[in-house]
Amino acid sequence: MFDDLRDLYQEVIFDHNRNPRNFRVMDNADRKVEGFNPLCGDRLTLFLKMKGNLIEEASFQGSGCAISTASVSLMTEIIQGKTEAEAEELFKKFHEMTTGKDEHFNLEAIGKLAVLAGVREYPARVKCATLAWHTLDAALKNEQQSISTE
Amino acid sequence: MTEFDVDKIRQDFPILAEQIRKKPLVYLDNAATCQKPQPVIDSIVHLYSHDYANVHRGVHTLSVRSTDLFESARTKVKDFINARSDKEIIFVKGATEAINLVAQTYGKANIHNGDEIIITAMEHHSNIVPWQMLCEQTGAILKVAPINLQGELIYDEFEKLINDKTKLVSVVHMSNALGTINPVKQIIAAAHARNIPVLLDGAQAIPHMTVDVQELDCDFYVFSGHKLYGPTGVGVLYGKQALLEAMPPYQGGGDMIRKVTFTETEYNTLPYKFEAGTPDIAGVIALGAAIDYLTAIGMDNIAAYEAELLCYATEKALTIKGLRIIGEAEHKGAILSFVLDKIHPHDIGTMLDSLGIAIRAGHHCAMPVMDFYQVPATARASFAMYNTKAEIDVLMNGITSLIEVFG
Repeated sequence: MFDDLRDLYQEVIFDHNRNPRNFRVMDNADRKVEGFNPLCGDRLTLFLKMKGNLIEEASFQGSGCAISTASVSLMTEIIQGKTEAEAEELFKKFHEMTTGKDEHFNLEAIGKLAVLAGVREYPARVKCATLAWHTLDAALKNEQQSISTE
Repeated sequence: MTEFDVDKIRQDFPILAEQIRKKPLVYLDNAATCQKPQPVIDSIVHLYSHDYANVHRGVHTLSVRSTDLFESARTKVKDFINARSDKEIIFVKGATEAINLVAQTYGKANIHNGDEIIITAMEHHSNIVPWQMLCEQTGAILKVAPINLQGELIYDEFEKLINDKTKLVSVVHMSNALGTINPVKQIIAAAHARNIPVLLDGAQAIPHMTVDVQELDCDFYVFSGHKLYGPTGVGVLYGKQALLEAMPPYQGGGDMIRKVTFTETEYNTLPYKFEAGTPDIAGVIALGAAIDYLTAIGMDNIAAYEAELLCYATEKALTIKGLRIIGEAEHKGAILSFVLDKIHPHDIGTMLDSLGIAIRAGHHCAMPVMDFYQVPATARASFAMYNTKAEIDVLMNGITSLIEVFG
């Protein structure tokens, strides 16, 4: 019945929506940033545990649609063990992929995150996918918004 | 028309023949805006093809024709809501501008530091923010009458809020997020017992029922044209003549003046005092065409048909496991707001769109209502006179299927 939506709602997305990974409050987080999309009410809190410039651990809490939940769940999996620079680079690529400006975007280069490429065809849903990454960007760039447990 | 013929009505709305994502359009976002019948579309084309010029200005033929059409639309609005006089009908951009107009003219002149304004917890942002702005400017206080879990105003609590400091009551006639129809006559009687004027936000109510401002005895009534099968960009402020006469003007400019020198300006009489600048001429005339169309069908016939639709949709919805209706007031207009267990309204919206079904997913510009029900958003199917039970079946099948897909 929903054949047209197969590109947008891939099985991986349903899976992450049903069982979000790293879905927990991190008590000893070095950075904690809230992301909010007032248009749709999606709300998430991203927690990062840093080791130097390395993202040692990432987790989140919040509520949102399947696209935004899957996106943040996938993101927390992928950024663990990456440096800040590597994470920023991924954000850039993810942004390019979801806003669909580059027709020749190499989906293989972005690995697992390619399952979210379907939002390109749904302009109203792009923000659902990118909320997680904008929140990460804020966590990495804006020290004032972060909290320290020390 | 004595009998309500939905098939015939549907034929008057060209957009209803559209295919969306290769499926027949099922348009259930009527509370956001409703579609336009051919006579409304034709009236705009005809005006610009044959009769158009600026109004209230020229002596030339077209200006006279345009002015006549424009002013006859005002009379149509007056008759439609049973106002006493054309002078009580002010054309504005929409319900939002009408409320802002009252806040910034009547409000600034009559509401002062420490005074109170009462609204309800089910208001659209457009009946919250203009009053908050007025309160910031004047030091007045906004009081909010609470609602119960069914989405009904808790009337006793509302009544308790009325006191000597209350200077205005501004309530929604029918809620856009919940469908609730408020006991406005009771509210008005209680407020008038203390000489407090009442504004009714009729944006949602006006396309669904007969509105008689004299019978209601409201002091102000506001609505938008585009929710009444008319075009966007035009709306109406009704106000009792004595109140409007006493109010300072809203915006300055052409049309709203009688005489201007650099030392002083004499304002025009009603309704022009509040209509500065060239108005939405085509919009007003097309709104008149919409009113003609609705009058021929009969608002009571529309109300009866839509009540049947809502009843059918509600019964069907209640059989779907995991579906929770938000807003179950006893007196309710044709709006079905709902949430599904573990499925976000935006996913519902996208999935239904792929089946050709247009619903609204979001906070419906009523964030306090979402907070009250502790949901980030709801999905909302809102019905119009051209919707059918067959379309409701398509909606319900769609919902059942998407629940299966999400597992």
